[in-house]
Amino acid sequence: MYRYIVKRILLMIPTLFGAAALVFFLMRLIPGDICVIRLGSGGTSFTEQALAACHAEIGFDKPLWLQFVNFVWGFCRLDLGTSMWSGKPVAYEIAARFPVSLEIAILATIIAVIIAIPLGTISALKQNSSTDLVVRTFAIAGIAAPSFWLGIISLLVVLDLTQIFLGKPWMPPIDYVPLWQDPLRSLSIVILPAVTIGYRYSAVAMRMTRSAMLEVLREDYIRTARAKGLINRIIVNRHALKNAMLPVVTVIGIEFAFLVGGLVVTEQVFNLNGVGRLLVQAVQNQDYTLTQAIVMLIVTISVLSNLVVDVLYAWLDPRIRFA
Amino acid sequence: MPPLLEVTNLSTEFRTGLGTVPAVDGISYTVDRGETVAIVGESGSGKTASALALLRLIPDPPGRISGGRVLFNGRDLLRLSDAEMREVRGGDIGMVFQEPMTSLNPVLTIGRQITETLEQHRGADRITAHHRAIELLGLVGIADPLRRLKQYPHQLSGGMRQRIMIAIAIACDPKLIIADEPTTALDVTIQAQILELMKSLTRRLDAALIVITHNLGVVARYANRVNVMYAGRIVESGPAQAVYHHPGHPYTMALLRSVPRLDRPRQARLDPIAGQPPDLTRLDGGCAFRPRCRFAVEACARRRPAMAPTRAAGHFAACLRSDEIAVATEVAV
Repeated sequence: MYRYIVKRILLMIPTLFGAAALVFFLMRLIPGDICVIRLGSGGTSFTEQALAACHAEIGFDKPLWLQFVNFVWGFCRLDLGTSMWSGKPVAYEIAARFPVSLEIAILATIIAVIIAIPLGTISALKQNSSTDLVVRTFAIAGIAAPSFWLGIISLLVVLDLTQIFLGKPWMPPIDYVPLWQDPLRSLSIVILPAVTIGYRYSAVAMRMTRSAMLEVLREDYIRTARAKGLINRIIVNRHALKNAMLPVVTVIGIEFAFLVGGLVVTEQVFNLNGVGRLLVQAVQNQDYTLTQAIVMLIVTISVLSNLVVDVLYAWLDPRIRFA
Repeated sequence: MPPLLEVTNLSTEFRTGLGTVPAVDGISYTVDRGETVAIVGESGSGKTASALALLRLIPDPPGRISGGRVLFNGRDLLRLSDAEMREVRGGDIGMVFQEPMTSLNPVLTIGRQITETLEQHRGADRITAHHRAIELLGLVGIADPLRRLKQYPHQLSGGMRQRIMIAIAIACDPKLIIADEPTTALDVTIQAQILELMKSLTRRLDAALIVITHNLGVVARYANRVNVMYAGRIVESGPAQAVYHHPGHPYTMALLRSVPRLDRPRQARLDPIAGQPPDLTRLDGGCAFRPRCRFAVEACARRRPAMAPTRAAGHFAACLRSDEIAVATEVAV
């Protein structure tokens, strides 16, 4: 098992290298020049010398391959460089925005799992009943509705409801405080985006839970469990759920990777200063170092969440553990 | 003394897109205490459905038990509440299924799968259940039980998995064990071991055994009595020796002739049964075996023959010409 994990971590290296090459060269294909944006931002004119000096400062005068080698080498040393736009270290820029995004992502995942697994299971146990129909409709709606629209609607609903019931409208604050400083305020900031993302996320996981459960409930070993005279709760929880969780864990892992990407839109809608918004700004400013660092961060999270899924698989399924 | 199990007019049906299939069509038989009864028939003859129906394990939908009575120890199993039925399943009646690979849960240890039955029915605590599980593995002939209990089904051979299934079935000292094709998925050498094991265990536990099979060799060697099923009905029933040597139904006779035998010349060709089992959604009022029967006469189309006694005591067959068939078999053999 440990050998397997080590092997998987080693396999991350080529994946990360490929991602690094992609983001590095794709960024440079986008027309535009950060120095032009920087120098001409106030509508002022600037000289050729100023432009050349700016290029030299951020290393554009070096050959492309050398820039790439420097980037990769820096990444290997966990030195992400400085932002081309703000001049501050990239690590500092990301660290300031990362907690809010992480909190949303984790909360959304928790919400998704809490909703998806019980509802998906009930839906499968009562296949084709009215409960099943309601759950499935709820799930399809979650997949169909775009998250930015859901975000706007949920904000409006909160506004209207607080207007009606409290007498004055309430908007969640946008200036993030970490969970450990002021849990209530922190949660009130992230709860709406987390529910918005978590709903869609749960819809996907719920459908997977339902179909996996339906399949498992037809297995011979469920019939054996019934023939043993076990009560339904044990048949479902012990015999069916653990087997049905395998595909569900996969979906949750894949969706988690997507979720990090989905934060770009959601943070924009809720006006939150997270990594997603930082990425949008970095791309707009042609801030190569910052963009590269954020993309590499997202890639690393995706690869790691895949690794977690595989480890969970082995934990759930002894056939993999002892293979 | 009344029989342990008395099945009367048991029927089950399955709703399919092509209509309602009467998989089991009013079968009646009895099983005495400690007796081994075989139910024989081709695939699709309703033998598995009839066994699942006894424990009310027919998947509903699409299936359901549509009528009849299953008296077990004087209680009608079809009228029990779900909770009472759960006590019977795995408690008074143990069941062994065909495929030991898929019938055991792949993600639970062998030990867990045995002890949970004991916890459910006996209210045993973990330690007591664990000790009993070790004892059970000894009973079914598995060496090194402590190691095996910690293992998962995929780490065991097919024969061993079936021994585990048997251990689960006998865990709570059942009075009746139902084995649905217990050896079909196993190698021939293992088949004999498993059957011998079941035979000796039922004797030791004084349990009755219903063994469902399409293997007539199994019947001849292990069963006291045989019920032959065709198209959802029992067409012949009687003591194993009588049915084996003097079949009263042309279907039984054809089954016997389609089995290779060592005591026949090697050149003798097997005599398979012509045609296919009937489509159960389209049975007419006549005998269901008629289209494949070499003894069929006009009268066979008029009505389904009822079970009637033959020459031997306790031997019944549902054929208009059963006397002639007994004679014909003697000539042929």
